[in-house]
Amino acid sequence: MSIVFYVLTTITVMGALAAMLLKNTVHCALALSVVFAGLAFLFMSLDAQYAGWAQVLVYIGAVAILVVFAILLTKGSETPKDGVFSRTWFVGLVIAAGVFAVLGWAVMGSMKALPQLTAVPQVTNLDIGNALVGRYVLPLEIVAVLLTAAMIGAVIVAIHEKEGQK
Amino acid sequence: MTSLAYYLLVAALLFSIGLAGALVRRNAILVLIGIELMLNAANLNLIAFWRYGPHPERLTGMIFAIFSIAVAAAEAAVGLGLVIQIHRHAKTTDLDAMNRMKG
Repeated sequence: MSIVFYVLTTITVMGALAAMLLKNTVHCALALSVVFAGLAFLFMSLDAQYAGWAQVLVYIGAVAILVVFAILLTKGSETPKDGVFSRTWFVGLVIAAGVFAVLGWAVMGSMKALPQLTAVPQVTNLDIGNALVGRYVLPLEIVAVLLTAAMIGAVIVAIHEKEGQK
Repeated sequence: MTSLAYYLLVAALLFSIGLAGALVRRNAILVLIGIELMLNAANLNLIAFWRYGPHPERLTGMIFAIFSIAVAAAEAAVGLGLVIQIHRHAKTTDLDAMNRMKG
């Protein structure tokens, strides 16, 4: 369990660093799918197989592909002349380090109060399906409406206007 | 067994890397990737708290994470559509070059 956790964590964090540091944007997108896969396996190591496979389907299957499409459509794979990092990169790094310090301090400080691992929950896909169409049916419908609206909105935003129609 | 604190620390690290990327990179798509990393770190927290919580059979945390994944997918679609349209309009995805509100 622990070796699996350390290997998955190392792969995921290295992938995240690569996704944020590499110069070629297409390589960043590839590193991003490594992060998504690592997180999916972390979910599965937490006995959340359903969420893990949802992560694989939605993130590796859709979001990563969408990112690659956007990069290629905007010619983003060309490295800009004046560097890939913003002029105010130092401020950004300081803010991120500060956030990590606060989060890490909070986790370390509450280490003793955190709950210990309980027995593996007996949750089947049938239970998840029943919960989705039973107790959580209203959020499910709202998410369905949101997804439909977002997809229509994305198409309308990105639709190509013909010359002279503006 | 791995304790909850390690998962929380990994999620905090991923969140900080995503935040640093979103603040530091110039390319708008890379900023969106940073935001995706932050959302994923939050999902890892939700799943970890679900697994270590007192009543995992109630599925609250896992359902929350699944809804969060769906909302993140909608966000990614709209965000990348916006980036494509901005690139068509301003011929760049460099955020330092997009410094006017007027079209």
